[in-house]
Amino acid sequence: MRTIGAAAGLAVLWLLMSGVYKPLVIGFGAVSVLIAVYVSRRMDAVDGNRIQLALKPFVFLGYFIWLLGEIAKANWAVTKIVLSPTMTLRQHLFLTSYSQKTDLGQVIFANSITLTPGTISVEVEEGEFLVHAVNFCDEDLDALAEMDRRVSTTEAVPS
Amino acid sequence: MSAVVEIASWAFILAGSFFSIVGAVGIVRFPDFWSRLHAASISESAGMILLIVGMCLQAGWTLVTVKLLIIGIFLFITGPTATHAVANAALTTGLRPKEAEGLVGAEPRSAKKS
Amino acid sequence: MMFAVAIIALFISMVLVLVRLFGGPTLYDRVLAVNSFGTYTVLFIGVLGFLNERPDFLDIALLYALINFVGTIAILKYFRYRKIGDMSPLARKEETGL
Repeated sequence: MRTIGAAAGLAVLWLLMSGVYKPLVIGFGAVSVLIAVYVSRRMDAVDGNRIQLALKPFVFLGYFIWLLGEIAKANWAVTKIVLSPTMTLRQHLFLTSYSQKTDLGQVIFANSITLTPGTISVEVEEGEFLVHAVNFCDEDLDALAEMDRRVSTTEAVPS
Repeated sequence: MSAVVEIASWAFILAGSFFSIVGAVGIVRFPDFWSRLHAASISESAGMILLIVGMCLQAGWTLVTVKLLIIGIFLFITGPTATHAVANAALTTGLRPKEAEGLVGAEPRSAKKS
Repeated sequence: MMFAVAIIALFISMVLVLVRLFGGPTLYDRVLAVNSFGTYTVLFIGVLGFLNERPDFLDIALLYALINFVGTIAILKYFRYRKIGDMSPLARKEETGL
């Protein structure tokens, strides 16, 4: 079942990327899809590690749109710092806790922190991220708590 | 192509160019390594997204758009990951930011200094 | 026309990043500059394809994005562990003591 899904995904990717629909080229595509599936099946026998996308797709889409808005706001703030003649920096390294259960949720949260300019996740601790802010103010903590809550709602916790 | 789409793609590409330059200026101007990370992430998020969207609007509904979106998604995922990796490597080797007055920086608890 | 503007903007950005690459005081400044330079290059190749009306360039841009990411990670890994090969925890402990 997973093999068929992987083969279909790879075939669609090939068709989209090549854009040439001659029999010879499609044949090459079919051969490479078969080789890729064969190799990944062999590798699966070695580690057997499955990655599960435990996400609610529509909630995640909503989160993504919200994230784009946050990125726009944060970008504008950092742009003002760069273009101001004095560049008032207020750097700070602080801990923020995360509430995600799955690895994927934590990755999404950490990447979102880094993606919004002005804050960068530096280190992963037990239950907390070490975050560096370039222009720290107390609202940053609230904003990160809000983001944490929103990421947690996108998770579908596996039973 | 309708005039609205044309104007919108102009706006997106010009804004993307602007943010790219701002990011590069930030990388040159900022005083230390930790603040430069933030300047780099301007060009990697805003500049990249706006330029890709502008080019998508220019291309219309073709295979080119699909390729652009794949590039965009890939950069969207790997950009922050690479930034995090650089920051983490710097932290592990003992580089610390210059804290602002009145603030005490948190130290990593599992201090894995080599 | 607008692609010409974007090309010039990206070119200026790349030159500025090169300044940081040559002048950067620490090693990590340089790695950061290389990574940013790679991102700019990906966008540059894409815009160049549109400017020449040959969007086939996007394949090269995609490939460059992949290589850029893997290259950055490989450089950082090398500087941290002084080795690029098998870094499963056990092998790492034996080789480097980290």
